[in-house]
Amino acid sequence: MAALSINNVYKTYANGTDVLKGIDIAIEDGQFLILVGPSGCGKSTLLNMIAGLDDITSGDIVIGNKRVNDLSPKDRDIAMVFQSYALYPSMTVRENISFGLEIRKVPKAEIDATVNRVAEMLQIKHLLERKPGQMSGGQRQRVAMGRALARNPSIFLFDEPLSNLDAKLRVEMRTEIKLMHQRLKSTIVYVTHDQIEAMTLGDKIAVMKDGIVQQFGSPQDIYDNPANLFVASFIGSPSMNFIPATVVESAGQIGVKVCDDKGCVVLPLPHDKAKLQQWVGKEVIFGIRPEQITDARTAHRDGLPEMSCHIDVIEPTGPDTLVFVSLNNTKVCCRTHPTEAKHPGQSMDLVFDVSKAVLFDPATEARIA
Amino acid sequence: MFKNLTVGRALVYAALLLVAIYYLLPLYVMLTTSFKSLDDIRNGNMLALPQAWEGGAWVKAWAEACTGVECGGMKGFFWNSVKMTVPAVLISTLLGAVNGYVVSMWRFKGSDALFTMLLVGCFIPFQVVLLPMAQLLGMMGIANTTTGLVLVHVVYGTAFTTLFFRNFYITVPDELVKAARIDGAGFWTIFGRILLPISGPIFVVCVIWQFTQIWNDFLFGVVFAAGESQPITVALNNLVNTSTGVKEYNVDMAAAIIAALPTLFVYMVAGRYFVRGLTAGAVKG
Repeated sequence: MAALSINNVYKTYANGTDVLKGIDIAIEDGQFLILVGPSGCGKSTLLNMIAGLDDITSGDIVIGNKRVNDLSPKDRDIAMVFQSYALYPSMTVRENISFGLEIRKVPKAEIDATVNRVAEMLQIKHLLERKPGQMSGGQRQRVAMGRALARNPSIFLFDEPLSNLDAKLRVEMRTEIKLMHQRLKSTIVYVTHDQIEAMTLGDKIAVMKDGIVQQFGSPQDIYDNPANLFVASFIGSPSMNFIPATVVESAGQIGVKVCDDKGCVVLPLPHDKAKLQQWVGKEVIFGIRPEQITDARTAHRDGLPEMSCHIDVIEPTGPDTLVFVSLNNTKVCCRTHPTEAKHPGQSMDLVFDVSKAVLFDPATEARIA
Repeated sequence: MFKNLTVGRALVYAALLLVAIYYLLPLYVMLTTSFKSLDDIRNGNMLALPQAWEGGAWVKAWAEACTGVECGGMKGFFWNSVKMTVPAVLISTLLGAVNGYVVSMWRFKGSDALFTMLLVGCFIPFQVVLLPMAQLLGMMGIANTTTGLVLVHVVYGTAFTTLFFRNFYITVPDELVKAARIDGAGFWTIFGRILLPISGPIFVVCVIWQFTQIWNDFLFGVVFAAGESQPITVALNNLVNTSTGVKEYNVDMAAAIIAALPTLFVYMVAGRYFVRGLTAGAVKG
C-alpha cells in the first residue's frame, strides 16, 4: 500500500493537443480515489499515465515516496483492472491469475497458495480451469479483479470496470469492490463516468473536464458545495435544477425571484449578504437540488418559503415521486413523498429549502454563493 | 428428400450443378486422359473413360519424362519446389506475424508510414522487381540457387503476410497487451504467450495463401533459377514444350496433376479453417 501524488501533470500529444492541463491530486495511503468526468475529459489518460502505459509530458507522479515517471509499468508495483477485463483468451482462469506471478519468478508453491487464496476470496474456485470464453461478464469481472489482487500491489487501478455489466450486477459488484477496499485497506484509483459509482465508492473524488480537475474533494463536499455549474450538473441524479433568476432586495432581505404562469415569489437567500449585494438586479443561475423542493410533510421544517405550482408531469420512482413544474420557463424537478404528490394539471404547494441552494454566474458558470 | 423442392429451389440446384460441372470438367478430362494410352487419346472421345486404365504415363511423368535435355521426370523438381516452398512459407509467415504484431500493438513514430509502405508492396507487379532482384541475388552470390528463390519469395510475401496479421491483431483489444505489460511481460513474452496462441486461424490463412502463391509461381522460378534448382512449375513448362515427335498428352496431364497436388492437399487439410480465418472477427473474452 502507498500514497499517491500527482503534481502539476501535463499531457500533450505530438500533434499539439493538450489532454491534461496541470493535474494536482494527492491521496493518502489506503484511500479510494475516483476520477470522474464525461468522455474525453482525460481521466483514462491520467490513469494510463499512473500505470506507465502513457508518457508524462511534464510534472511528476509519485507512488509511496518514489517518483515513477520513468519507471516501466512492471516496476511501478501496480495492478490494473480493465473495462474489457483483458483476460488472456488462451489461458485458463488459473493461468490468467498466475501469469503475472510466474513472470516475476514467484516460487510455484507460493503461486498456488496465492491463486487459491484469491479464488476463495472472490468465490471463483469452481471457475479456475475454465477459459474466459466460457464465462459470463460478471465472472470475467471477478477473474480480472482476482488477477489484480493476486499481485498484492501498492496501488490498484480500475478503468471503468463495471460499465460492461448489466444494471443489477453492476450494483452488486460495486458493493463488493467497496467491501474489498474496506477489508484490504488498499489504495485505489478508479476511473468512471458514472457519478453514482463515484459518490458511492470514493473517499475522494476528482471531477474532471477538458483536462482540468474541476473539483477535488470528498463526495459529500462535492455534492453540497459544487465549485461550478459543471460539477453541480454532473454530480447528482436526478441532476440539480438550474433556474435563471433575478436577484432582488426587499425589506433588507436578498432573494431570487421565481415565477410560474400564475405569479411570482421571492425566495430569500440565507447566504453571505456581502457576496450577493453586487448581484442585486442582475440575472444569476439559481441551483437547487430536487430533494430541496418538496412537500410540506417531507420538509417538516417551518419557516421555509412556499409556492403553489402547476404540475406538468409526475414520475413515481417508488420511494419518491418526482414532480415536474415550470419555473421561470425552466423545467424543474422536485422530489416529494408519494402520498403527498398531486396529479398533473393540479396545483401543489411546494416548500423550498434554500439553505443549500447555490448561485452561479451565468457568464462564467463559476460559483457565486 | 424432395419434399421441400419448389420450382425456385430446383432452378437454384440446377444452376449450382451446372457451375460445378463446368469447374470439374477440366479436372475430369485431365484425370481420365492421364490414364489413357496414346492410341486411346487419338482415337477416342475426349470425355470418354479410358478403354484400359494405364498408370504408365504417371510413372513416366514422375521419373522419366524429358524436361529439355534432362530426362529424369518431375521427381527432382518436385523436391526443389518443396525445398523452396516450405522455408519460404514458414519464414514469410513468421516475419508477417511479428510485423503485424508490431504495427498493430507497438505503434511507434512512423509505424503507420511503414505499414503503408508495406501495403504498397502488395501491389508491385512481379515484372518490376525482376532486374533489380537479379542484380541483388548476383551481388549476394545466391543467384540460380534455391536459397535465392526462398529469399525472393520471403521478401515478396512478407507484404501480404504482414497485412494479414496486422488486420487480425487490430481486432484484438490492445488492453490485452497493456494488461500483460503491467503483469511484467516483455515484447516476446506477450507475443509468444498471449497473441500466438490465439493466432491459429490467421496462420492457416497465411500458410495456404503463401503456399499457393509460392508453389504456383512461375515467373520468379524461370528467371531466378536455372537447371538443377528449377521449381516444378518451370519443369512442367519444359516438359510440355519438349517433344520428340509425338505429343504425349497423357504424360503432360499426369505431370500437371503432380504439380498441382500439393496445393490441393493443403486446401483439403486446412481449407475449412481458411474461410473461418478470413472472416474471424474480434477475439472476444
